[in-house]
Amino acid sequence: MLAPSPQASSFDPKVLAAHFPILSRTVHGRRLVYLDNAATTQKPDTVLAALARYYTTLNANVHRGVHTLAEEATAAFEFTRRRVARFVGAPDPRGVIMTRNATEALNLVARSWGERLSVGDEVLLTEMEHHSNLVPWIMLARQRGVALRHVPIDDNGRLNLRVFAQLLSPRTRIVAVTAMSNVLGTINPVAEMAEAARRVGAVVVVDGAQAVPHLQVDFAALGCDFLAFSAHKMYGPTGLGFLVGRPELLEMMQPLYGGGEMIREVRLDYASWNDIPYKFEAGTPNIADAVAFTAALDLLEELGMDAVRRHEVELTGYALERLASLGGLEIHGPRDASERGGLVSFADPQIHPHDLATILDTHGVAVRAGHHCAQPLMRRLGVPATARASFAIYNHRDDVDALVEGLRHARAYFGVGGAAS
Amino acid sequence: MSEHGEVNLDELYREVVLDHHRHPRGRHPLPRVDARAHGFNPVCGDEVELAVALDGERIAGVEIQGHGCAICTASGSMMAELVPGRSVGEAEAQVETFRSVMHGGTWPTGSDPGDLEALEGVKHFPVRVKCALLPWVTLRDALRAWRQGHAQAETTSEEEGAP
Repeated sequence: MLAPSPQASSFDPKVLAAHFPILSRTVHGRRLVYLDNAATTQKPDTVLAALARYYTTLNANVHRGVHTLAEEATAAFEFTRRRVARFVGAPDPRGVIMTRNATEALNLVARSWGERLSVGDEVLLTEMEHHSNLVPWIMLARQRGVALRHVPIDDNGRLNLRVFAQLLSPRTRIVAVTAMSNVLGTINPVAEMAEAARRVGAVVVVDGAQAVPHLQVDFAALGCDFLAFSAHKMYGPTGLGFLVGRPELLEMMQPLYGGGEMIREVRLDYASWNDIPYKFEAGTPNIADAVAFTAALDLLEELGMDAVRRHEVELTGYALERLASLGGLEIHGPRDASERGGLVSFADPQIHPHDLATILDTHGVAVRAGHHCAQPLMRRLGVPATARASFAIYNHRDDVDALVEGLRHARAYFGVGGAAS
Repeated sequence: MSEHGEVNLDELYREVVLDHHRHPRGRHPLPRVDARAHGFNPVCGDEVELAVALDGERIAGVEIQGHGCAICTASGSMMAELVPGRSVGEAEAQVETFRSVMHGGTWPTGSDPGDLEALEGVKHFPVRVKCALLPWVTLRDALRAWRQGHAQAETTSEEEGAP
């Protein structure tokens, strides 16, 4: 039986879709069905207009001019910082550092906080991390001789919390975990893990790249020390990410980059650092995209993250049922849509994900095929790659139906499973 | 592949290609192996385990294992049919010819691409070109390693040099 109709959602995704200009284009003569939102989301007309408005009315460098434009641009840029702090429940906007993306935010923690670690110390990660929350720690391990430990997953794609508890020890200096898997969709019990980590004195780093756009994430309530995420996965522009950190920890950390803006005083052979967050923001930041990002936050706050979540649970539940009804697909991750984010990774044992994605593309359906920057997880799942459909606020049941129709066509094409197109 | 309008999937998945994909050649273990290479496409996870048996300067047999998409599997299967009997130099020349065709060139007059001709449509699907080339650049690297006296080469499609 299919899930009930979407009356639980308090917004109409089709009405929202009309505000995303790119969704009205065609691909190979078909309506674009964009299901690669975990990679990046599309941008609403309000964000596009805000970008144009910035450059037509406001453009100036921030924090360094006394003229009107500089003052207004600085005010708009700092307004974004306060909005981001409010959006993720960070009590102090000084703890919000603007970066290029979530990857840069995670690298900043790994390198700067990582300087405090040495041989004998351990960093505890999980098997389901994205490369951006694995490779910076591998680099740290090589540089400082620290050991990496990994929490395994069970066959339902959930973290094994019993093993997590066993791996925690006074040697554990950092626990870095994703709040939501970009492959399995699994939502991890980050608050519970952070509490356990704090008991052994570890610092907790949360990769929120997938969770922050789709769930209510509250930095203070999570009890973590650092939270990284990206604007472009939440309807904002590319080239902008955030590291939210506890100010008292950020005060203790060294900056990664030297240059303008991050200094207090410079002599020929001496420099002292600016206050947080500026000491981590060397050079001219991504002002235009930061300013425009407030339009994306407006949209999410107007909808409400609870409604966003309800919509995605409903749509993911529908997708899980429709995909299961095809028969013969391997579907990865938790079975219950309420335990996972708005994405589904799947594989047809007889059609390689790349071939699936090419055929779906000819139907106008954009999905991701590959290892999703999670090669260790692919190895754990015993697959070289998967196909992934990931949802956003503008997706609706017709999009899932188009996906299923495309999969039927792929099977007919490859002569698999007797499904007719 | 045009940005707008219909694309012809049949151009990518010709019947010959699907046949090689369903019944790949070159899967039988070789009695002896003179050169090996491991090919890997980090973008999609496709992997090729290639073994080559040589009779002097002539390729006696090719064994190809691993996993990949239909294009990669078919391309490797065609290679296993085409290269045995050729000299190392001829095989290397064929790799270069196929690469240039995939990057938009045409088959030289008088060349005999065999079933490989059926993969020509792949060049209209730019993201799939590496799939078709992976077995061939792996062969190139196996033969290069053999010339240099090594038993094993490591290949990634990144080194293949996309256009």
